[in-house]
Amino acid sequence: MISYRLRRKLLNLLMTLGMLTATLLVLTPLGLIFFHILKMGFSSINLDFFTQIPKPPGEAGGGMANGIVGSGLLIATASLIGLPLGIFGAVYLSEYGSSRFSSLIRFSADVLSGIPSIITGMVVYGLLVVPMKGFSALAGALALALIMLPIVLRTTEEQLKMVPMTLREASLALGVPLWRTTLKVTLKSALKGIITGVLLAVARVAGETAPLLFTALGNMFWSHKLNEPIAALPLQIFNFAISPYDDWHRLAWGGALVLVTLMFTLSLLARWFGRTR
Amino acid sequence: MPRPSHAERPVIFLPPRWNIKRGLNGDFLFKGVTVLFAISILGILLLMAVSMYRQSLPSIHTSGWSFIPGKEWDPVGGTFGALPYIYGSLVSSLLSLALATPLSIATALFITEVANRRVGGMIAALVELLAAIPSVIYGLWGVLVMAPWLQRTVEPFLNDHLGFLPFFSGPPYGVSMLAAVLILMIMIVPIITSITKEVLLAIPDSQREAAVALGATRWEMIRMAVLPYGRSGILGAVILGLGRAIGETMAVTMVIGNTPKISLSLLDPAYTMPSVIANEFAEASSDLHAAALMEIGLLLLVVTLIINSLARLLLWGVNRPTGGQA
Repeated sequence: MISYRLRRKLLNLLMTLGMLTATLLVLTPLGLIFFHILKMGFSSINLDFFTQIPKPPGEAGGGMANGIVGSGLLIATASLIGLPLGIFGAVYLSEYGSSRFSSLIRFSADVLSGIPSIITGMVVYGLLVVPMKGFSALAGALALALIMLPIVLRTTEEQLKMVPMTLREASLALGVPLWRTTLKVTLKSALKGIITGVLLAVARVAGETAPLLFTALGNMFWSHKLNEPIAALPLQIFNFAISPYDDWHRLAWGGALVLVTLMFTLSLLARWFGRTR
Repeated sequence: MPRPSHAERPVIFLPPRWNIKRGLNGDFLFKGVTVLFAISILGILLLMAVSMYRQSLPSIHTSGWSFIPGKEWDPVGGTFGALPYIYGSLVSSLLSLALATPLSIATALFITEVANRRVGGMIAALVELLAAIPSVIYGLWGVLVMAPWLQRTVEPFLNDHLGFLPFFSGPPYGVSMLAAVLILMIMIVPIITSITKEVLLAIPDSQREAAVALGATRWEMIRMAVLPYGRSGILGAVILGLGRAIGETMAVTMVIGNTPKISLSLLDPAYTMPSVIANEFAEASSDLHAAALMEIGLLLLVVTLIINSLARLLLWGVNRPTGGQA
C-alpha cells in the first residue's frame, strides 16, 4: 500500500513528465519540417532559381523568379491599401473613440481576423474579379490588404495606448492642434512598435495562398501589370507540390525555403524593432 | 492583451469645429478621416456577409434546405448537396481539436508553471515560430513527407492491428482523413498553446501562492488553483483553435485526398468545405455551380463568425496584470 503522501508526490511527478512529453511532442513537427525544408530546399536553390521562370514539366532546372517578384508586388500593393486604413483606424480607436463604438470596431477587427482567408478571396472575387471580367494582381492585393487590416489595426492601437498621456498634453499645452500632435508626437513615439506590427502583418500575408486562388490566380510567365493574373510564391509552391513531377517538387521545396527564410527575417526584424523601444 | 480602461483618459477640449475665418478646421478633418477608416472595418465585415449571401442566392433558391443534407454533388447534372463536405469539415476539425487540446494545455502549463523563465521563453518562441509557418508549407510537408510515411508505415500498422474497427479499415492511400487530422493538429496546437499561455500568465500569483501555502504539490496547485481560474480563457483558446481548423484550406486540401465520400474510416480520402471551394471555384462549370460553392462559403462564414464571436467573448475578460511584451 502506497502512502497518501507518496501517491501525491508520484502523481505530481507523473503529471510533470506528461507536460514535458507534450511539449516535446509539440516541438517535434517543427524540427521535422525545418529539417526537410533545409535538406530539400538547399539542394534545389541556385542562381537560376532566382532569375528564371519555371520550366514546363519534365524539363529540369528553371526557377521561381516570377513568383518572387509577383509576391513582392502583391505585398507592396496590399500594404498601400491596408496600412493607412489600419493605422488611421487605430488612431481613431486610441485617440478619439467613444468606448462603446470602439469596442464594436475592435470586436469587428477580431472577428475579421478569424474569417477563413479563402472567404476573403471569394468576396474579392465578387467585388473585383467579376466586374473587371478577369483575374488580376489588384484583386489579389486587395484580398491580402483585407487580411492585413485587422492585424495592423490591433497592434497599432496597442502601441498608441502605451504612449504616455503627458507627451500629448505637453504638445497640446504648447498650442499644437490635436491632429498635429497625433501625427508628430503620438504616432512618432509609437513608430517602432507600429513598424513591428506592420512587419508581422507582412510576414503573415507573404505566405497566404488561399485568398490568391481566385484573385491573383497565378501565372507561369512574367507579369507586372496590376490588371492581369500574376504569379505568387505561395501559389507556385501549392501548384508544384500537388503536381506529379519531381522537378516541380524540387522547385516547391526551394520556394518553401525562400518563403520560410523571408518570414524568419521579418519576424527577427520585428523582434528587433520591438525590443529597442 | 491589455485593455486599459477609458476612464483614465483625460477629457481633451477640442476647439470649435467650424471656424468661419479659416474654413474647415484641421482637427475636424483629421478626425473625420480616422472615423471613416475605423468604420470601414465594420463596413468590410457587413459587405463580406452581404456579398456572400447575394452571390449564393441562385443556389439557395434552387436547392433550398436540401442543400445541407444532400449527398449528391454533381456539377454537370446540376444537383448540389453539401453533406460530404460538411461531414469532412466537422470530423477533421473536431478530431484534430480533440488531439490538440490536451497537448496544447499541457505545453502551456509546462511553459508557465514548470519551466523556468528562460526555458519557458525559448519554448514559447519556438511555438510562435510554428504558428508563423504558412499553411501551404505545412501542406507541402504533409503531402510530400507525411502522407508517404503514413501510407508506408502508419496506415498498414493501424489496419493490421485495429482493422476490425470501421475507423481503420480499407487500403492505405496516404492522403486521407487521418493525414488531414494530423496536419490540422500540428497547425492548431501553436495557436491554442500561445493563447492558453497568455491566459495562464494573467492568473494572479496570489492564487498559486495560496495553494502552495496550503501544502499543495505543483500538480495540485495547477488542478485546484490555476486551471479553474483560467477555465473560460482556456475554453476561448480552444474554440479559437476550432475556428482555425474549420477554415484551414491549403494544408488540408493538399493531404485529404479530395473525394466527396462519407466514410467512417480515417484511412479513406475525404473532402472539406474550404477544400472544395479551393479546388472548384476558379473553374466552376456553370453559374449554379459557382453559386453552390458560394453557399458553402456562406455556411463556412456563418459558422466561423459564431465560433469566433464566442471565443472572443470568452477571452474578453482576460487581462494580463503586468501587460507589455507578449
